[in-house]
Amino acid sequence: MSLLKVNDLKVHFPIRGGFLQRVVDQVRATDGISFEIQPGETYGLVGESGCGKTTTGRAVIGLNHVTSGEILFEGKDLAKLRGKEKRLHTRDIQMIFQDPYSSLNVRKRVLDIVAEPLRNFERMSPDEERKKVQALIERVGLNPEAIYRYPHQFSGGQRQRIGIARALTLNPKLIVADEPVSALDVSVQAQVLNFMQDIQKEFNLSYLFISHDLGVIQHLCDRMGIMYRGRLVEEGTAEEIYTNPQHLYTKRLISAIPEMDPTLRLEKTHLRQAINDEYRTGYDENFDENGRPFDLKKITETHSVSRP
Amino acid sequence: MGKTVLEIENLRTSFNIKGEYYAAVDDVSLNIHENEVLAVVGESGCGKSALALSIIGLHDLKNTKLEGQVNFKGENLLNLSRARLNKIRGKDLGMIFQDPMTALNPLATIGAQIEEPMKYHMKLSSADMKKRTLEMLRRVGIKNETRIYSQYPHELSGGMRQRVVIAIALACDPVLLLADEPTTALDVTIQAQIMDLMKELQAQMKSGILLITHDLGVVAEMADRVAVMYAGQVVELAEVTDIFANPQHPYTRSLLSSIPSNLPEGGRLHVIQGIVPALQNLERTGCRFAPRIPWIQPDEHEQNPSLHEVKPGHFVRCTCYKNFHFEEEESGEEANVLT
Amino acid sequence: MLTFTLRRILVMIPQLLLLSIIIFLLAKAMPGDALTGAFQGNPDANAQHIEEIREKMGLNDPWYQQYGRWVTNFVQGDMGMSYVHKQKVTSLLAGRLGNTVILSLATMITIYLLSIPLGIIAGRWHNSWADKLIVTYNYVALATPVFVFALILLFVFGFYLSWFPISGSVDIRAGDGWEHFVSKAKHLVLPTLSGAIIGTVGTIQYLRNDIIDTKLKDFVKTARAKGVPEGRVYTRHILRNSLLPIAAFMGYEITLLITGSVFIESIYSYPGLGQLFIQSIQTRDFTVVSALVMISGTAVIVGTMLSDIILSIVDPRIRID
Repeated sequence: MSLLKVNDLKVHFPIRGGFLQRVVDQVRATDGISFEIQPGETYGLVGESGCGKTTTGRAVIGLNHVTSGEILFEGKDLAKLRGKEKRLHTRDIQMIFQDPYSSLNVRKRVLDIVAEPLRNFERMSPDEERKKVQALIERVGLNPEAIYRYPHQFSGGQRQRIGIARALTLNPKLIVADEPVSALDVSVQAQVLNFMQDIQKEFNLSYLFISHDLGVIQHLCDRMGIMYRGRLVEEGTAEEIYTNPQHLYTKRLISAIPEMDPTLRLEKTHLRQAINDEYRTGYDENFDENGRPFDLKKITETHSVSRP
Repeated sequence: MGKTVLEIENLRTSFNIKGEYYAAVDDVSLNIHENEVLAVVGESGCGKSALALSIIGLHDLKNTKLEGQVNFKGENLLNLSRARLNKIRGKDLGMIFQDPMTALNPLATIGAQIEEPMKYHMKLSSADMKKRTLEMLRRVGIKNETRIYSQYPHELSGGMRQRVVIAIALACDPVLLLADEPTTALDVTIQAQIMDLMKELQAQMKSGILLITHDLGVVAEMADRVAVMYAGQVVELAEVTDIFANPQHPYTRSLLSSIPSNLPEGGRLHVIQGIVPALQNLERTGCRFAPRIPWIQPDEHEQNPSLHEVKPGHFVRCTCYKNFHFEEEESGEEANVLT
Repeated sequence: MLTFTLRRILVMIPQLLLLSIIIFLLAKAMPGDALTGAFQGNPDANAQHIEEIREKMGLNDPWYQQYGRWVTNFVQGDMGMSYVHKQKVTSLLAGRLGNTVILSLATMITIYLLSIPLGIIAGRWHNSWADKLIVTYNYVALATPVFVFALILLFVFGFYLSWFPISGSVDIRAGDGWEHFVSKAKHLVLPTLSGAIIGTVGTIQYLRNDIIDTKLKDFVKTARAKGVPEGRVYTRHILRNSLLPIAAFMGYEITLLITGSVFIESIYSYPGLGQLFIQSIQTRDFTVVSALVMISGTAVIVGTMLSDIILSIVDPRIRID
């Protein structure tokens, strides 16, 4: 059974207008998305800003209300759970945020930041709690003494690791990571990505990894979905997507990745031009009359493409 | 190679931190030629942005000390009065900023913002100014230019705004363009468009571009020559093909092996040990990168590391590059030996 | 814009209704009513006779019927009779409203004339001696109660130097036309200054901080990189952005002054709404108090709306429809 199964998820936000501020339209931030994540798997959700990837992630963790569709976690629909059962599942899904500078409360010590989930879910003596936090802080590669310090005393990479320690306190099964390395320098980014891979093995974690950075997604993810205007345009293993992109939008996105070999830059520019021309002329064949992607159709066992 | 448009000699930019001055740009010398893109690449805090701001005089002089020379059109920009500098910047010297969401005045129309430098640097009638502005907008790839002309920044998307920022920088046909992370705040597809646009415009204008970036992908796509900066110094300077095919300095090599897209399937990203020290804690004698490669013997480093020309046009700081190897590699293995 | 204004007016109606109910009930809860005052000190008053009049005037009806009458009359411009002054509240207010509006306008103009230059100087050259002086002034003005300033001004310029009159709004001996105007203006000087000294604090502080913030914004760097002379960088880019919230706050500020001139008017015996308000509370003249509170409430609501409308005019990012 999949750990997480998202079924035709829609998250719409109302637009109000007119004299009486009635709902005149909807922002279809997430507009009918389905995907599955297996235990221990990393699933990447890629797209440009405004494509709905963050909304989807926030809906999975319960920060956005769900307009329709299901989010099945271990077979149970999160949107329908109430009370104790809901609490039980909330602790199994945790989140890592993008900005290590604003996602930690500056007025709290590391101890209090990391222990907060514990205090919400478990009764521990202060001593037990401190030991558990120290162990976690050591696991993310910081000095156990660090628990008495405040976030501003750490660098961006260290803060992101504190954020990860906080996400790990309750031994979650799934971590939703929303652009966790976008604000970091490349060398620090490498450190955090390696670390995320290590703890994945150690704790048998699954990741829903949300990013706009195709390089990072390719490096980290087993399977991935490309989002455009609230829907998936293509889904498959990372290899399928990168070596054999089918949808025009995917091709365009992949051709936009900077070419790391300076001798090939001219070819890359020409390739981009060709794809952009195709994108302009072939828009109607690739998107419906409202400019939204069609439903996904399977082309192999693992690879699906949005087709009319 | 065309003639030199900008000559930076022994530039040192120091910031006042609690009463003491610390150099963020420490003895940097670089030249930029006509029709050339020189990329300055490095991580946050390496001094690349401070370098660009020193050239165009945007540092707060109350807390900044500038030493050395920045020669541009026969004058040292560092010695100019504000009034004299204002005759140069915006005219011969244009600048493109990082974040198009904040780089434009929210209360002025796009047209007014592009016309502003023309007003101070060119003698044009207002009709000619408008004509030229519409022409600039078309050149940066904006199609409905007459509509955009009277719109406000918040009505445009990020990519469109960055095109406007570029149009402002190009308004008076500059001979040198400073571009500080021009694509960092943009989505990948927009980034690709902006890179292609800048390349196309440069081909027309033949101006020099100083490209400040942390993104090696952008460097690979845009640069002719590359200066890699670490802790305020240029540690490697070479043609772009050499930087990628034959990097020498340990920092350049480490940086290249920490990018995911450079990695063979299933490989592990390289992590540079330690952190970049804060400006006031930086050890300023000896090789500045030494603390981050502690497995390299001290005698491999120079006492006073200088730039060595390892082949024509390819410079590397310090001697530690000669026998450098990554920690996980066998210590006896030779690093790429130059022939 | 029209839709927005109309909608705001529609929203205003329930707000005002609620306000009026509260005011009415509070007034009712107070001891005494319209007749208590009318027959006060009249030894001939006959208790039964009073009760008859009370019945005839509907004062024994349930509160909501009385409220209904009060509101209906109020909307039609009949605010009832003052118990104390024995005249219509409307005619009582007429002259004083004019005085208060004049005083408030004068105060507001003085506030902006003083605080905008001071705020700009402090913000542009922040940490300079001029800035430190202005900030010190700000703290002193903020910490000192308004009546202290008023009394000092009163004593120095009114009493000791006798440059300006110390009470009233016009000299009764002054003739018509020009003489009347000069007398009015002279009477305005001290109350205006007293009010303005306190009023500048917020604007100076706000403007100074906003300029210091705006100075560091990216678009200011863009302007400098264009070669725009420093003076123009301020006028065209920084001030334009920093003055915007102040312009928008104007609608609110003026109502604040109209409704908040209680102290100043009392100290200078300036015949305005504030003074009347204090007097009416002291004499339990509830029809007047209710009318004044209703007027202030309406003024505040209208002022906020005015501010929103001004903001939408000066800031292109805000489009209301």
